[in-house]
Amino acid sequence: MAATLTTLPAAQVLGVSLLYLGLLFVIALVVDRRAARGRSLIASPTVYALSLAVYCTSWTFFGSVGLAATQGIAFLPTYLGPALMALLWPVLLVKCLRIAKRERITTIADFIASRYGKRRGLAALVALICVVGVLPYLALQLKAVAASFTLLTTGRAEAHGGLFGDTALVIALVMAVFTMIFGTRHLDATERHEGLVAAIAFESVVKLCAFLAAGLFVVYALFDGAAALFAQAAQDARLQRLWSFEASVGGWFDWSLLILLSMAAITLLPRQFQVAVVENIDESQLARASWLFPLYLLLINLFVLPLACAGVLLLGDAVPADNYVLALPMQAGASWLALLVFIGGTSAATGMIIVETTALATMISNDLVLPGLLHRAPTADLGRWLLRIRRAAILIVVLLGYLYFRVAGEARSLVSIGLISFAAVAQLGPAFLGGLYWRAGTRAGAYAGLALGTLIWAWTLLVPSAAATGWLPAQWLSEGPLGIGLLRPQALFGLDQLSGIAHGVFWSLLLNTAAYVFVSLATRADAQESAQAALFVDALRRGAGEPAVALWRGGVALPELRALLDRILGAERGEAVLQDYRRRRGGTVDDNDPGLLQHVESALAGAIGSASARVLVASIAREAPLGVEDVMHILDETSQVMHYSRELAARTEELRQANQRLRELDRLKDDFISTVTHELRTPLTSIRAFSEILTDNPDLDAAERQRYLGIITRETERLTRLINEVLDFAKLEQGGGEWRLEPVALAEVVRDAANATAQLYVEAGIALDLEPIDARIRVRADRDRLQQVLLNLLGNAVKFAPRGLGRVQVSVTADARDACISVRDNGPGIAEEDQALIFEKFRQGGRQSGGPLTGKPQGTGLGLPISRHIVERLGGRIWVESRPGGGATFRFTVSLETGA
Amino acid sequence: MTTKRVLIADDEENIVVSLEFLLRRLGCDVSVARDGAEALRQAQATVPDLILLDVMMPGVSGYDVCQQLRADARFAGTRIVLLTAKGREAEIARGRALGADDYIVKPFSTRELSARIRALLGLGTV
Amino acid sequence: MQQPSRRSLSLAVLGLVGFGLFNYPLLSVVDGASGPLGAPALLIYLFAVWAALIGLTLWLRR
Repeated sequence: MAATLTTLPAAQVLGVSLLYLGLLFVIALVVDRRAARGRSLIASPTVYALSLAVYCTSWTFFGSVGLAATQGIAFLPTYLGPALMALLWPVLLVKCLRIAKRERITTIADFIASRYGKRRGLAALVALICVVGVLPYLALQLKAVAASFTLLTTGRAEAHGGLFGDTALVIALVMAVFTMIFGTRHLDATERHEGLVAAIAFESVVKLCAFLAAGLFVVYALFDGAAALFAQAAQDARLQRLWSFEASVGGWFDWSLLILLSMAAITLLPRQFQVAVVENIDESQLARASWLFPLYLLLINLFVLPLACAGVLLLGDAVPADNYVLALPMQAGASWLALLVFIGGTSAATGMIIVETTALATMISNDLVLPGLLHRAPTADLGRWLLRIRRAAILIVVLLGYLYFRVAGEARSLVSIGLISFAAVAQLGPAFLGGLYWRAGTRAGAYAGLALGTLIWAWTLLVPSAAATGWLPAQWLSEGPLGIGLLRPQALFGLDQLSGIAHGVFWSLLLNTAAYVFVSLATRADAQESAQAALFVDALRRGAGEPAVALWRGGVALPELRALLDRILGAERGEAVLQDYRRRRGGTVDDNDPGLLQHVESALAGAIGSASARVLVASIAREAPLGVEDVMHILDETSQVMHYSRELAARTEELRQANQRLRELDRLKDDFISTVTHELRTPLTSIRAFSEILTDNPDLDAAERQRYLGIITRETERLTRLINEVLDFAKLEQGGGEWRLEPVALAEVVRDAANATAQLYVEAGIALDLEPIDARIRVRADRDRLQQVLLNLLGNAVKFAPRGLGRVQVSVTADARDACISVRDNGPGIAEEDQALIFEKFRQGGRQSGGPLTGKPQGTGLGLPISRHIVERLGGRIWVESRPGGGATFRFTVSLETGA
Repeated sequence: MTTKRVLIADDEENIVVSLEFLLRRLGCDVSVARDGAEALRQAQATVPDLILLDVMMPGVSGYDVCQQLRADARFAGTRIVLLTAKGREAEIARGRALGADDYIVKPFSTRELSARIRALLGLGTV
Repeated sequence: MQQPSRRSLSLAVLGLVGFGLFNYPLLSVVDGASGPLGAPALLIYLFAVWAALIGLTLWLRR
């Protein structure tokens, strides 16, 4: 089918593009100005979520439709992964944010190097993997812009055709300038690039709107809605096969692997780490991002398949499927929409270029160039040099991307190039994830995993690329290098069941993870490494605002420290850093303060990366760094001090209470013994006195003699009772004694108890009222023990009811399960705080006048504790209801006899 | 020699009976109080020569009574003997500190009690 | 100390459930069929689950 496409003049397109880029400059500039005045615009969680959408590049904008046109839903795993990952952010990303803020992390390379002991070698390796891995991805953006520009202006599909092919170069250079201005405003890379982030968020809005506009236009203007479009597609053999999974990625395993791959990418891509972690203002921004970002992804994917179907139906092979989004409006003659789509695609591409080059430039300057520079002891103001290096790195990265695009970017589709980059950064996954959650992961393990994974990645994914373009012998692919079939890049070790990308990801990540784990297990971490491992893995156990832990020993001469700061940060910033520390310490700075070294290291880390900062501070520190044990000791101290101090406080309180309780028991025991002693001595006194009187006074008359003998007898009985009570109680306390549970008629027991105490009541002039008790109420109890409880309660009541006016009532109620016996007196009552205490051993009733020493105790004080023991052993409960002045009612329950 | 007036303050009926018997035998004029407050009232009314004071009584304790009487110059010549069923050193010391003249631990020997009271009241041997 | 909150953990679990819903064998149920509007049922299913996940996230974030 021949398609006639409405084109636009190149000058007009270029003009509009430059105008649009100018708008970006203005936005970035305004926001940066406002930020300088302290009014941050990007603190908004919406801006944060939109900046995360830098994930969607021209791969998404143009490439998804291209992929969908041939492989149906194969375009989706790339977005399903991040949508799922967003749900893990509150757990995973929060931890990264804590660590990054405390350690002043600047890039993903810095993050991993810092975790494994701040070594420059590791930082350099990660930086290298990122640069090499992401370069094709950058080239892809330039390719997309160039291709869409060519199509829009000439109607032809070649990506670079003579003069206009270099639109890519123009765009590349403009982007480089933009990034140099807004991506390197501060030396301290941990400081936020507010203008840059605002521009990125704006671009995210533009690309989404442009894509939705294209989708709506095609579905509703070119077709009569989605149903009509799909109905037409159903008639087309090329499209109908897209309905099935089979057309997509090869197999279910490939599908799952691609989702996992994109989950790794959203976390590990240098630009994603930049916007999600480095540019993050506050953890609370995550809350909105965790639903808004997935929603953004959903919206931008909504029209992908409809556009692909429309493209196949209306354009077919006339233009590459990657260009359908732009070509469809052009074919319909909607030039304004075509221009908008072009701007949207440019937005997607430029956003990615800006953030990615910012992140890569920081890595290149801090991790690749600076270590060499430091050894040559260059000029005073290293900081200015560093900014220059960073700007140069931006230019170089962009130009390298352009070079890659010109040399190798022709042959492959947008998505396949992007996936190779995804697979490269996914190699950071094991070291990254292990670093966050596995304390035993070591630097050697990280090296091993990264190196092996990257090697396999290059072999399985880069070599086929190179072979396809003729750079390497094609028979490597078909027969293996030197004819070794097992090493065929696309069927490593004979595995030929997976599609190319899944095959590469499977082998590289599998061997990467295995190498990381096994080498980690086989090696030991040094001091610095162990320290960092603990700081990373336990990041959430430390408070958010807690300062970095000082892992230095001894101090440094202040002039040397100052010289170092001035050399890197400049005199002004250097002074500010020291001032900051002074303020925190309350005025004075001590030469021998390890905390100062830590503070300076951390300030330098923000500018030059943690590894270089570590080396520099070590070069001026007076003493060697700490050994493993010292470090673990310090960490244990700091990480556990807070934990322990809290625990200690709780334990102390527990101990204090236990101690108090013990003392209380001790005191009660003393009181008890003293009371029992008193109670025993009182009858003994009478007995001895009258015995002696009778002995010494034989002249006493018979009546007097009889009277005194009677007293001796009664006091002896009293003594016996007392001793029995104490013995009973001791026995009850030990749970001993024989119990005979049988049906007992409650009315009888109450009557017997009343009869036994009747004399007491008569003597005291107290009325004892027995309410009629239903003779059928039978409880299950030991009759004698039950009687003892009643006797105790009746004896107790008679002691406290006022003489002469006293009145004690006994009543019984019953429900389905229990009988409840109440003994009520009209005595002085019991204060609420004493109501539980009176059932405790050794405790004299609080309603007595005075304390145990001065007041006269009434009995041993064992009656109520004994009663409680009995009642509880019978399965009931005993309590008192009273208020001071209102008498007291003792109640207890006993189970009713059932069955009989 | 005039008849000595003795006040017994104790809430144990039978002990009071025995003490009353013993003091009468010594020829004393005996009055009885059942608690601390009553003991104070009676003491102020009669200013006895000797008071046998139980430490553990309801209301005002023997110690309190002792302390209050010792604060009053009228009782300078009154001998005070504390009776207690808790024979601990600390309590004896406390009684002494409050101005008690003697301290008798229950159960007591009637002969010893009589001897001590005779000594305190300056009575001859029988 | 500051461990992930209950809400964070429930979101993470939602993520794992989502991974299950986005994969074999559930996808094979709708494979090849046409859904509402004549669109591939596979696509409709994935978008529906996706939207549900977003909705649930919002609900859990209340």
